[in-house]
Amino acid sequence: MSTATARVSNEKLIIAGREFSSRLIIGTGKYRSYDQMRSAHEASGAEMVTVAVRRVPLDRSSESFLDYLSPSLQILPNTAGCYTAEDAVRTARLAREALQTDLVKLEVIGDQTTLFPDNEQTLEAARVLVKEGFVVLPYFSDDLIMAKKLLDAGCAAIMPLAAPIGSGLGVQNPANLRIMREQLPDATIIVDAGVGTASDAAIAMELGADGVLMNTAIAEAEDPGKMATAMKLAIEAGRLAYLAGRMPKRLYASASSPLQGVIK
Amino acid sequence: MKVFVNGEGRELSGTPSLAELITQLELPAARIAVELNREVVRRDDWSSTMLNEDDRIEIVHFVGGGVDVYSNSSCVE
Repeated sequence: MSTATARVSNEKLIIAGREFSSRLIIGTGKYRSYDQMRSAHEASGAEMVTVAVRRVPLDRSSESFLDYLSPSLQILPNTAGCYTAEDAVRTARLAREALQTDLVKLEVIGDQTTLFPDNEQTLEAARVLVKEGFVVLPYFSDDLIMAKKLLDAGCAAIMPLAAPIGSGLGVQNPANLRIMREQLPDATIIVDAGVGTASDAAIAMELGADGVLMNTAIAEAEDPGKMATAMKLAIEAGRLAYLAGRMPKRLYASASSPLQGVIK
Repeated sequence: MKVFVNGEGRELSGTPSLAELITQLELPAARIAVELNREVVRRDDWSSTMLNEDDRIEIVHFVGGGVDVYSNSSCVE
């Protein structure tokens, strides 16, 4: 085993003191069936999955969706669907009460068409939740200044978007992610939303992300199980490439073979 | 007595506790959480929490979701 491989295999993703061997966090929505979701989860190797909080339907007895998740998975409740800091805080409190976890993926949406985050409301909610002892993982625009504010507010990790949620466009602004990584070397950065296929996840990791959170890329693939495996490998490959340190880009060729001793 | 559960008006007989309301609604008590007038009520306090006229109760559970799939259905109102 090479040094780099050894380093990777020992390396964990750490969020508020909790260690994860997998750098992939996945969602639980949009699957065609619970069985399909469960096999995709298994194939992905993810140790943490995110779930949404919704009103219980009162007209029928509903079985618990959580029963379909492997008990070994860490559940990360999210505040998806909230448009104000206040609703996000209420949702986080309800999730904590039901699941007895202080982890929360904070999401405050600003606009229905783009599902872009409302950064101002997100920051406001983050401050309240951190004060209440939550481990806050906020989804936000890929902006360095916002990242700093969220970290100053006490967020355990920051989750910049790669592209609009569910768009599958991949990392739209690699420069922003690279700057964020360079300027915030100690922050835990998890790219959240917008990844479409394995290469997108690898790129996010090569840029220095500590992890990637995705849902649609796996759930809407024709074969979610295969895509989950592809994502797992892409994240490992991207992480390894980041640690290996890539060669510089050059505009012109640079011969790999010696220039001396060519027959004339 | 009228209360609002998840936004829906409901007539209740007598003055039930939150625990009694949840039993009446035949909801699985595990892995749900309850808010009364925008404040979370801890499970241990359900039976000692008596309901009053016009109380607004939110009862939530968990559904599949990742990054905002259900943007049109806000979880709490």
